[in-house]
Amino acid sequence: MTTPLFETKNLKKYFPVKGGVLNRKMTDVKAVDDVSFAIHSGETLSIVGESGCGKSTTGRAILRLEEPTDGEIYFDGEDFRKLSKSQLRKRRKDIQIIFQDPYASLNPRQKVKQILDEAMAIQGVVPKKDRPARIRELMEVVGLRPQQAERYPHEFSGGQRQRIGIARALSVDPKLIVCDEAVSALDVSTQAQVLNLLKDLQRKFDLTFLFISHDLGVVRHISDRVVVMYLGKIVEIADKKSLFDSPHHPYTRALLSAIPVPDPERKTERIVLEGDVPSPMNPPSGCRFHTRCPFATEICKQEEPELRTAGDMVDGHQAACHHMEEIVEQYGKTPSVQE
Amino acid sequence: MDENQMKQEVKPPPQVTGAETLGKHESMLSIILKKFFQNKLAVIGLIMLTIIISSAIFAPWLATHDPNATSTLDRLAPPSAENWLGADHLGRDIYSRMLYAGQMSLWVGFAAMLSATTIGVVVGSVAGYFGGWIDGVLMRVVDIIISFPSIFLLITIVSVFRPSPEMLIIVFAILSWTGTARIVRSEFLSLKKREFVLAAQTLGLPKRRIIFGHILPNAIGPVIVAATLAIGAFIITESTLSFLGLGISPPTATWGNMLSDSQDLTVFLTAWYYPLFPGLMIFITVLSFNFVGDGLRDALDPRVVEK
Repeated sequence: MTTPLFETKNLKKYFPVKGGVLNRKMTDVKAVDDVSFAIHSGETLSIVGESGCGKSTTGRAILRLEEPTDGEIYFDGEDFRKLSKSQLRKRRKDIQIIFQDPYASLNPRQKVKQILDEAMAIQGVVPKKDRPARIRELMEVVGLRPQQAERYPHEFSGGQRQRIGIARALSVDPKLIVCDEAVSALDVSTQAQVLNLLKDLQRKFDLTFLFISHDLGVVRHISDRVVVMYLGKIVEIADKKSLFDSPHHPYTRALLSAIPVPDPERKTERIVLEGDVPSPMNPPSGCRFHTRCPFATEICKQEEPELRTAGDMVDGHQAACHHMEEIVEQYGKTPSVQE
Repeated sequence: MDENQMKQEVKPPPQVTGAETLGKHESMLSIILKKFFQNKLAVIGLIMLTIIISSAIFAPWLATHDPNATSTLDRLAPPSAENWLGADHLGRDIYSRMLYAGQMSLWVGFAAMLSATTIGVVVGSVAGYFGGWIDGVLMRVVDIIISFPSIFLLITIVSVFRPSPEMLIIVFAILSWTGTARIVRSEFLSLKKREFVLAAQTLGLPKRRIIFGHILPNAIGPVIVAATLAIGAFIITESTLSFLGLGISPPTATWGNMLSDSQDLTVFLTAWYYPLFPGLMIFITVLSFNFVGDGLRDALDPRVVEK
């Protein structure tokens, strides 16, 4: 097995909750709690989960935009968390991010040209005299006209701005790009365009993506492997086919059953989850999903399930559930979604 | 070749601009200017200020008399061909003194504004960007300064030290940078979490560049507005001090000490023109600054620019 391009082990990000007269730390919001996964060069790994499950925080902790509370981050075999500030600044070019909100992700006072030029200048990837040509090239690569580089962000539509964000990320020749809900703010037709652009770019520049999304349709379109998160923890991880064809964790099954099927004839068996996501300040004991899980028993309240591979799973497919074998046996491999 | 053909040939070639569906290419500045000039009061204010400022700058050429030359014969003389706006209790020409007074009042206002804004921007940026205990300490300093009743503090300082224009500017600056600091800090608090700032961090930009190149340009709108309004406030404060006899001391003319000289019942009853004109100047100048400030506030509002 080759060494992964990127690996994180036991990543934790707690946000302190302060209060009281002396502003002391009362408790933590455990946004990301003990998350480990690896990304191989050239693949697209997606993280899915409902809002507040810690998927965006994971992305930001990896980039050290939010300093992780604990855990290890390896990039190209190098411990990313041990880098000093100046080393980190140089290494930043390898991991870039594309944000969700195309209206907030570009500096409204900079022309597109300046945005791209600044990125290249700071990382010294392109010598000054070649930069104008490189800017034109980048604009074309992301499907914009080179002369539009003279414009300000407010003169572009949402989809075009997202393309500029992609061009900015590409400008420093990164290896890994974190797409934090990169298409969620776009309408469906634009989503498809941007997703296809990302796929093309991946092929062309040999990129690796960490794709964070709540949209299973999008995830299905773009990923090679999928991580499902719930309340700061990974509940299931598998390649795309296994995850969509034979989900093992009841949470994953519930998520998948919620994908709308464009076929009025077909009756789908929806698994409706009761209640809300519990507060990450005070997560449930044992399995964090037990408060909403239709299959929960006593053991789920006491013992936290480990990620493990059941007998009928393919290699690399893991889920964290005490009862996954029984559930799959009783209810069949797929809850509702069939190709 | 017939005429029609000729005409067609003269036509400029159609512009090859591609899909210019986004409308006319407009720079940020032209949008701001357009919005500013749509506001009638702001434009009036701007015109008034232009006149007032140029009259102060060109005072030596516009004045008809030496502003400090006394003339016993002309004491409290009414407006005439000789003294256009009359003369004061020492026979000095009010019109000429008013022009020179404008120089002093505007200089104090502008210089105090620049110093206060500079201090405010630096302190606010540092507090807002770094947060934590740095923010805590700086903001408590702001609270302390704000909690002093500034007019009494001014009176105390000014009566201990001899008031010169420079002295006044320094005192004004020290007492009034706090508002700007608070504005800048709050802008920084919200902007530093904006995604374009995070993107700049991810690109590895140094802090200095993020603060001054990315956050500050987006925070500067409200600062400009506050600064414009502050000039008016400084002119008023200077006039207040001068009126109380604590401002810049005669014979140097300011609008405030001209008013102060005229606070006398005989003057009020006989020479209405003496307090009227300096008073009007203060009124018009401050009002104009406020109009321009309001106009800038609307024009610089990024929410409207972005849509």
